[in-house]
Amino acid sequence: MDFLATIGRVFLAFLSHVGRLSAFTGTAVSHIVRPPFYPRLTLRAMVEIGYYSLPVVGLTAVFTGMVLALQSYSGFSRFAAEGAVATVVVLSVTRELAPVLAGLMVAGRIGASMAAEIGTMRVTEQIDALTTLSTNPFKYLVAPRLLAGLLMVPCLVLVADIIGVFGGYIVGVYKLGFNPSSYLARTWEYLEPLDVISGLTKAAVFGFLISLMGCYHGYYSRGGAQGVGAATTNSVVSAAIMILIFNYVITALYFGK
Amino acid sequence: MSAPAKIVLSDVHKSFGKKVVLDGVDLSIQKGESVVVIGGSGTGKSVMLKSILGILRPERGSIKVDGEEVIGMRSRDRDRMMLKFGMLFQGAALFDSLRVWENVAFGLIQGRGMNRVQARDIAVEKLAAVGLAESAGELFPAELSGGMQKRVALARAIATSPEIIFFDEPTTGLDPIMADVINDLIVKCTKELGATTLSITHDMASARKIADRIAMLYKGRLIWVGPAKDIDHSGNEFVDQFIHGRADGPIKMELRA
Repeated sequence: MDFLATIGRVFLAFLSHVGRLSAFTGTAVSHIVRPPFYPRLTLRAMVEIGYYSLPVVGLTAVFTGMVLALQSYSGFSRFAAEGAVATVVVLSVTRELAPVLAGLMVAGRIGASMAAEIGTMRVTEQIDALTTLSTNPFKYLVAPRLLAGLLMVPCLVLVADIIGVFGGYIVGVYKLGFNPSSYLARTWEYLEPLDVISGLTKAAVFGFLISLMGCYHGYYSRGGAQGVGAATTNSVVSAAIMILIFNYVITALYFGK
Repeated sequence: MSAPAKIVLSDVHKSFGKKVVLDGVDLSIQKGESVVVIGGSGTGKSVMLKSILGILRPERGSIKVDGEEVIGMRSRDRDRMMLKFGMLFQGAALFDSLRVWENVAFGLIQGRGMNRVQARDIAVEKLAAVGLAESAGELFPAELSGGMQKRVALARAIATSPEIIFFDEPTTGLDPIMADVINDLIVKCTKELGATTLSITHDMASARKIADRIAMLYKGRLIWVGPAKDIDHSGNEFVDQFIHGRADGPIKMELRA
């Protein structure tokens, strides 16, 4: 009976968590579209997410493109399909690797920082102070971050697409000996707008989820430093899991036939 | 016929899980009156304040401010209601990403839509009222001592000239001299504004200095309410034990939550 009670408790806790997250999301989204708006805070969050994440996302993209070119050349040479390297690099980067890896990197950098900042504000009563100063915390803290995540991660992924393909080009041309113009021609030949659009759709969803998880876990953090630490960890882990789940869902919607 | 009370709490109940924190609190505060609620740690003093502010929602009872029911109030109406309030938090709760003057001017800029130049002038004036120089306005909260942070928090609480001011443990963590300075500032500022104040503290020197009436909260109930001058001959053994800080008496320290 204890075992069943434990399962019941876990299930009820899960449902309560899902309900609270749904309510949080609904409230936060409603505050994105209702005035007053905080353009200065949104801009600051956009710079934080878009500009300051650029080095880490760029570095991830360039090495991913380079490794992909090496791996696909090594694999495809077994059945004389080396010519497909450029196509494989561009499709893999735009459809999958740039959005997923950029999403995971931004989740680690931005999601954690949001959870820590909002969590600290929660445990030091700064969020309560906002309320007493006639400022809705959802409008002031959550809505600008959600909007910034939604808008800036696609921009990052677009840059990562270009850098990733460039990484593949560098390895393809200077290490594997491809002709530069034929590598570029192969890159463009099979690339379709949908490949890029699907990646950017993923990026927008991932950006929203990263900000949502950062804000949600920070907003409900409890206790002192330990609570903020737990909120930070939970925000990164939950964002990473949601990125992987939604990656499959969006891929299935676009390419699942 | 006497004027209607500014704040009225009737049979307010609030629990966290199985722990009953407020167990039928009744309190009425007249306009311009200064009421101090005393009581040991964990007796529900902060919960009572946060319930009035709408940060926490009691399960039962009624809380009226200027005759308007606060419990269950819509978020937009609460933002409007908060324009009447100022609050000094126990840990100051200053926004650490903003400069001191921006903290003081926050309610004016965000809550009332005042332009920054005008709000800055008022912030400097309020900082002067609590004994801080204009140059202190350019610092960040982390650069201030505990006493200075409390002064800034007081300046922020009075910046919008609120009708009602709450003080949550205003002297906790301060040396006796600085505590007395803060008490004097509270008396001076609230008298100048003609504000209604509700303070919670377990510092009896502070309570004696700022209160017109004192109420003692014990096990979720107000067990004594009376004029501040009567506190030393209340005839209540719980109050006597508390104000004299005796370990022996009817109040027993709970070793387990």
